[in-house]
Order: sequence, then structure tokens, then C-alpha cells
Amino acid sequence: MSRIEACFNAIKENNKKALIPFITAGDPSPDLTVGLMHEMVSAGADIIELGIPFSDPMADGPVIQRASERALAKGTNTDDVFSIVEEFRTKNNMTPIILMGYLNPIEVMGYAQFVNKAAKAGVDGLIIVDLPPEESEELIAELKPHGLDQIFLISPTTHEERLEKICEVASGFLYYVSLKGVTGSNQLDVEAVAHKLNQIRDKTNLPLGVGFGIRDAQTAEAVGRISDAVVVGSALVERIAEHAKDNEKMKKEISSFIKSLRVALDGV
Amino acid sequence: MPEVMKNTDTESFKSMPDKRGHFGIYGGRFVSETLMGPLEELEQAYKKYIIDPDFIAEYEHDLKHFVGRPSPLYHAKRWSEKLGGAQIYLKREDLNHTGAHKVNNTVGQALLAKRMGKKRVIAETGAGQHGVASATVAARYGMECVVYMGAEDIKRQAINVYRMKLLGATVVSVEAGSKTLKDALNEAMRDWVTNVDDTFYIIGTVAGPHPYPAMVRDFNAVVGREARQQCQEQTGRLPDSLVACVGGGSNAIGLFHPFLDDKEVAIYGVEAAGDGIETGRHAAPLNAGKPGVLHGNRTYLMEDKYGQIIETHSISAGLDYPGVGPEHAWLKDIGRANYVSVTDVEALKAFHDLTRIEGIIPALESSHALAYTTKLAPEMDKDAIIIVNLSGRGDKDIHTVAALEGITV
Repeated sequence: MSRIEACFNAIKENNKKALIPFITAGDPSPDLTVGLMHEMVSAGADIIELGIPFSDPMADGPVIQRASERALAKGTNTDDVFSIVEEFRTKNNMTPIILMGYLNPIEVMGYAQFVNKAAKAGVDGLIIVDLPPEESEELIAELKPHGLDQIFLISPTTHEERLEKICEVASGFLYYVSLKGVTGSNQLDVEAVAHKLNQIRDKTNLPLGVGFGIRDAQTAEAVGRISDAVVVGSALVERIAEHAKDNEKMKKEISSFIKSLRVALDGV
Repeated sequence: MPEVMKNTDTESFKSMPDKRGHFGIYGGRFVSETLMGPLEELEQAYKKYIIDPDFIAEYEHDLKHFVGRPSPLYHAKRWSEKLGGAQIYLKREDLNHTGAHKVNNTVGQALLAKRMGKKRVIAETGAGQHGVASATVAARYGMECVVYMGAEDIKRQAINVYRMKLLGATVVSVEAGSKTLKDALNEAMRDWVTNVDDTFYIIGTVAGPHPYPAMVRDFNAVVGREARQQCQEQTGRLPDSLVACVGGGSNAIGLFHPFLDDKEVAIYGVEAAGDGIETGRHAAPLNAGKPGVLHGNRTYLMEDKYGQIIETHSISAGLDYPGVGPEHAWLKDIGRANYVSVTDVEALKAFHDLTRIEGIIPALESSHALAYTTKLAPEMDKDAIIIVNLSGRGDKDIHTVAALEGITV
């Protein structure tokens, strides 16, 4: 059983909701990322989404764009991202790690080599923002033998026919993008999200995560009520940016923010 | 990434893209899920209207009466004589309304936006030519217009920024990344994904996700269709060579496409070598880049070892882009077109030469095509024919050229 599957099974058994924080690998600096990951797990994170920094993050709002810029300015490259995961795995072999990024850094390495390195490092799945199912066949063929999942996004503009196509190829879980916009937007409509999640549930038994626009305990709780997992990115990255120069303070802030989300989700 | 296909001996070179928007291994639709549905919708609307007689009639009417088409094919006799070889004919896209070929495409896309019921259009721009062409059609058809422009480019192109504002457009300064064209494109995509219900994104070049590369090409192909006919009328035959500059590559594909199956016509796309390919300071992905994925399509890119997009350099803001249209990538791989490059210095010399010898001030972008022509023409017979796409006029570049000579205008 994959770590992702085991994680969602445990969540379901305990009648809980999964908390998935996102940070960009190498932000504010590559040597701080592993520490942050452990901190987030002890504060209550169930799965970690780790961003691969990219020069042209087209689907991201300003907060995560700047995280990419900070990470790249510190020289973070794809091999560093694998090293970070590898180091994290020396102390934690249970928490699933999903790499989130854009296709070009993967293409340049070659699908086979990228997937080999990812699997070896202890990665469990990939979210590739600009790789829709139509263009995914080859990558999925590389991922399958390693037991890695490609996590697909579904959005408010995904029509029925596409939804079916996505559910056919998806594994791990599905990530519902709660609004039309970039990461960090601020206009979440919980009722509309609930409606769409019901539509998706008609097509698949995979767990449903929701991301984009979840900024605090209150929105996490509201979304937790209707989904299986909640992804929090920009709100977390903002805190990293704010305390980038004081590592201890940053860890504390991140920890207490994750704890507040955990408490909110456990109250659902 | 798939293997390169080289299987076009019998098929038409005009058969691309395939159903999924691929030109061989290039092109495609690499965008976030939110844009996939809207791109399908755009593709359907485009396919419907491009063969709709009313749409075609309105497009052609506006090209004639608003843009001023057909543009002349002008025999540059004095320049041809000085170079001592082939006869050079200039396709005068500089004489279009707004001063460049860009308006052929913005008229087409704005009419499509109107048919699709979109009241707001957005665009990205580098030098400002596509931004001006978009603001112009938005004014003409009564639409709201927002243009994204890199903060660096806004500084360099103050006059075009003011032109857009006069035309009623909002110009948004993009502060992210390198603050140039590629970042403006990222930002326009972010706007589109947020406002996709009522907004039409007018992409200015033959890049981006399917159907943009095909659609922008088809709206610019009027350049090549006219040139083909004009050349036959004036000389009784087809040209021996075509030359056009390639940034994203919209003016080039517009000229090339109607000639692709005329195998006797040699095709040259000219990239910006900036300070020289060997210096690394250039904008020539087809000459010195490799295939990758950016801005919704697979194509040749300028990138580092880890796939991060690197900064480009060219004296011409319109060529200062790290990617190139996927159809050019395909034409390069199958060998139907040759992609060469000229430096800033060579382009500047051609800018001055054409101005002094023919009385035409060319855009710095087009000057790259002219500069390559000065290498090509002397090697050819005196009865050979070259058509060069004079894609834009140089008024916008006067400040850049003057500054290089230490003159403040």
C-alpha cells in the first residue's frame, strides 16, 4: 500500500480530515526546509506538499511566486529538492510527500530519470500544474511501476466529460481547485465547492482534497466539513516570508498556525 | 518527451497542427485545469467562425477599410542594386494601421471575442506593438482592455504606453521575474484564469496553448497570401526565398505558411543573436536552445540545466522572448525552414541602410530580417527574388537608436 493510501485509510478510520500544508522547497533557504517539514508534521500535518521552485509559475499568485524567487535565489535546484526529501525520510518514513511544480524542470531532466530520482528519495506523488491528463500518458507510464501517483486537479470550469476523463486516470487523491484564479486568491464560496464535490463523488471513490483560498482556521473548518483533505499554501508561505530572517521565530509561527488548522479540522 | 518525427515526405506542410494541437512533438495544451475547458470552448468557436461567411466578410472588411490592406509588395531596387545580387521585395506590413502586422491578428481575435460574447479583452506586450494593436481594436469594437507589460519594458517604451492609455486601455506594470515580455505573459494568464467567464485573452504571437498558435497564424497568413499573389503579378513567378524575423514568430509564420508547400521556395527565419550567440546574451532559442514546455506549449526554449527559463537579450524588445512558436520548432526539425540569427550590431546597420537607401525606417525587429538579407542576396543571381517581411515601422525605435548614438531625442 502506498503512503498516500495508508494515510487516507487511517484518516477515514479515525473519522478525521487530512491537513496538507504546502511550502516551496528552498524557501527561505534549502537548509531550512527539512526542519520546517518535521515541524509541520509534529504540529499536525498529514501530508506535505513540497513545491519545486520554477522561474515562471503561471498558476501562482504573488505569494508563491515570491517563494519560488527566494528559493531560486538561494540556488535551489531539482536535485536539491530530492536531497531534501531524502533527508526528511531518514527520520520520517510515514508522512506522504507530494511534489508540486511545473512541467519544464521535469522535461529537462527526462521523465524516467526524474521519476527514478523521486522514487528513490521517497516521494509519493506529483502535482504538475501545467500537465493535464491529455498530455500525461507518458509520465503516468513512468510513475506506475514505482507506485507513485499523479494527483490531478479539478476546477470549477471542469465540465462533466473532462471530469470523467480525469477520474479515469487519477490515483492517490483528487485536488479540487476551489476557485477560478491563482493560488492565494481570496474569494472562496463553500456552497459552490460543496456542490462540485458532490458531482465529483458521483464519478470516483478517491479522496477529495480542496485547495486555493483556504487562509485560516475558519475557512479550513468550513472546507473540512465537505471534503477529505484541506490544502493550505499561500497563508503558510506568507508566514515564512514574514519571518524569513529568524529561523526559530519562523518555525514557531508555522507550528502554531498548523496547530490552529489541526484543531479546527478536528472539530469538524 | 516523445521522439522527433521526420515523416512529412508526402504530406502537406500545412496539415499541422493535429487534432490535439500538436506540430510533431511541439505545441499542445500545457495549462492548469481551470483553463482547459475555456480553451476547448475557444477552439470550438474559432473552428466555427473561421469558416463562417459572415465572420470572414467582417474580418476582410476591417482588414481593408480599418487596417488598410492589402499592404504593398515593394521592389527595393536601389538596395538590391547596392547588394549586387537578388532582387529584394519588401512586404510592407509597416504601412498597416498601428504600424505593424500585429493588427491582422488583433482584429481577428477581437471579432471572435465579440462573437463569443466576451466584453473584456486582455493582452500581453513586450515592445508595446501588440498592446497598441489590442487597445486599438478594443476601442474600435467597444471593449474593455487591460494590457500587461513588464516594468522594464514600460520604462523603455513610454510612447507606446501612452498610446495604449489614449486608446482607453489600462496598462498594468508587471514587477515579477525579469519584468519583461515573458512575465507579462504569465500575468495575463493569471488574469485570464481569474476572469475567464467574461474575458478573452488576445495572445499576440504564435505561441501559447492550442488553439492560439494555429489561430494567430491563420489571422496573419493574409500576409503570405497577398505576397504570393503580388509576387506572381509583379514578376510572373514565385520568389526564390522568404526572410522574416522570429521572436515568437507571428509575422514569420504569416508570411511562410501560404508558401510551405511550394518546396522550391527557400525559407529563412531570423532570430536575435543579441551580443552574439557565443556570449549567451541573445534571444535565439531555435539556434541555441532546446525543447521544453513554457506558456502552454512545447517548443524550443532558452533555459538552464534545471529547466529554469533564462533571461534573454536583444536590442529589439519584440524579439526579446525565451521561447518561439511551436510550428517554427517543427519546421526547423523537419528541415522545411532554416533558422539563422543576426546580432544587434548587424540589425542596426540594416536599420540605417534601409532608411538611407530606400527611405523606409524599419522596426528593429524587421531590421533583423533585413540584416540577414544583406548576407543572402549577394550570394544569389540578379534575377533571383527574395521577399522580406517588413513587419513593422521603426518610429517606436527612434529613441533606442538615438540613445545608442548618444543623442537624446
